[in-house]
Amino acid sequence: MAEKISVKVCLGTTCFVMGSSNLQELIETVPAKYGDKVEVSGVPCLGLCSIDWEFSKAPYVKVDDEVIKEATVEKVLKAIDAKLK
Amino acid sequence: MAMNLSPQKQTSHLKREILVRLIKAYLSDNYEENTRLIPYDMRPKGHEVPYRCCIHNERAILRDRAIASLGFSIEETEDYTLLSELAKEAEQREKPEENPLTVLTSACKGCVPSRIYVTDLCQGCVARPCVNTCKFGAISVINGKSTIDPAKCKNCGMCAQVCPYQAIQKIIVPCENACPVGAIAKDENGYARIDFEKCISCGKCSAACPFGAVHEKSQIIDVLKHIKAKNESAATDQNSKNDTKIVKEGKRKVIAMVAPAMFGQLPCSPKQLKDAILKLGFDEVYEVAQGADITTKNEAAEFVERMEKGEEFMTTSCCAGYNELVDKHIPEIKPFRSDTKTPMYYTAEIVKREHPSAITVFFSPCVAKKREALKNPNVDYVLNYEEIGAWMIALGIQVAECAEKEFETESSAEARNFCVTGGVAKAVETILPEEIPAHPVIIDGLNKQSVRDLKKYAKNGMCDLGNLIEVMSCQGGCLGGNSTVNAFKPALKQVTAYVNESSSIKEQIDEKVNH
Repeated sequence: MAEKISVKVCLGTTCFVMGSSNLQELIETVPAKYGDKVEVSGVPCLGLCSIDWEFSKAPYVKVDDEVIKEATVEKVLKAIDAKLK
Repeated sequence: MAMNLSPQKQTSHLKREILVRLIKAYLSDNYEENTRLIPYDMRPKGHEVPYRCCIHNERAILRDRAIASLGFSIEETEDYTLLSELAKEAEQREKPEENPLTVLTSACKGCVPSRIYVTDLCQGCVARPCVNTCKFGAISVINGKSTIDPAKCKNCGMCAQVCPYQAIQKIIVPCENACPVGAIAKDENGYARIDFEKCISCGKCSAACPFGAVHEKSQIIDVLKHIKAKNESAATDQNSKNDTKIVKEGKRKVIAMVAPAMFGQLPCSPKQLKDAILKLGFDEVYEVAQGADITTKNEAAEFVERMEKGEEFMTTSCCAGYNELVDKHIPEIKPFRSDTKTPMYYTAEIVKREHPSAITVFFSPCVAKKREALKNPNVDYVLNYEEIGAWMIALGIQVAECAEKEFETESSAEARNFCVTGGVAKAVETILPEEIPAHPVIIDGLNKQSVRDLKKYAKNGMCDLGNLIEVMSCQGGCLGGNSTVNAFKPALKQVTAYVNESSSIKEQIDEKVNH
């Protein structure tokens, strides 16, 4: 069996305030949609916002090693679909 | 529908980004100049133009948004005034401006005026229910298609309802449509304008506008100023004990009063939140639930008194948006509205009693509390959850890593649940005597219909659905407030967990009786 795709939704303060609060629904909807092919979790600060003015690109989500800036539910689902192809 | 209460919006992202940049500018050693540069930092030379026609327009709109973050009215600010001048003025002002909302005309005007529109889907059918339904004779069939005479049309929308093809659409202006009291409308130039005689500061227009054109005027600079003054005087205090004036001025503590909805906003425990707020520079943190416990007791006593007198119903009085609605639009319901004060009122009273010279800052989920605070000398400033969140970003505070700090006064489960729709009525109900039961009626969010319902209850002098009417201006209660950060569902989960670990108000009362 292929390895699971890992989705990490950053729940650090910056990402949360800039929008990952609205990405928490992924934690429920992704397993419902993709079953055990994808593992999704809310994680503590990924440290991506602290460099320079990068807070403005928050919220961040990591799909495997790929960093998604200004993440939205749609962007994350698209990235997962691309990996599953 | 609670599910759709807080969808993610790019406009919130922009507003929050500007707040973070402004706070960082304030804390830097060149506040005024760095404030002036905000639009240029956000859209530097060669930057892509994500939303508007050109980079200059983008910068102009960002400048206007920054004006609101500085706490000024965009309508009343001249185009030639530099952000650096406004930054200076914001720091010097003594009091926040009166009306908490402002419309950014440069971002507005995206929508066509509200009207009924026949689309290409019209089949020119034989039945012609639209023609027959229209009471104003505004529709006729021309060239096999229904046509509306704008001079006769009253925008009632009946034709749209009866069309079997759904070919007739009502085109709405989101802000006008969201306003429960008709206080916002397009002016002759097509720009939305707020009539502050009618406005109840509910903030629904701000949440509804897809262009983010309605802004809340922030008081963040005012609060930052007091924190800075206090910190600087502490430093001066150590260096020279002689300058008594500065010491006296600066010694004023700055105290946070945190409304129950705040505990659902950030990814941390309530005790960690207290630590995070102390890290912002506040001297003390009070839970407004402490005041909510007083509201509950007074309101329950008042309910008993009113029912014994034979009154038909009573409405709650803790929602600032509702209170302004009553004052401005439904004076006839005043006799039925509880005279009990809000949790913010009682909390501020306690804080000023314990710390008479302190500066008090209320942490609010909505715009309306800014209006309430203006009328209450015990509340100096109001910050919303977006502003608090932005402040924490600017200081790099990781809430999840903060220490657990105990609150000095334990509040009840019911009080901590005030921010959830139905929570206030439930709290009052909990402590009523058995012989005087409440039958709660929950108004979960003000809209044009619920305003009509309230008017009807006032006119009839009774409400056939119950005797205790809880009114929340925002759908979902304060957790659905227009200036919240967290989505409704996870926020509710967090608040409910906090409520479940707290003891009931009944135990508080029993304890008092026993001791």
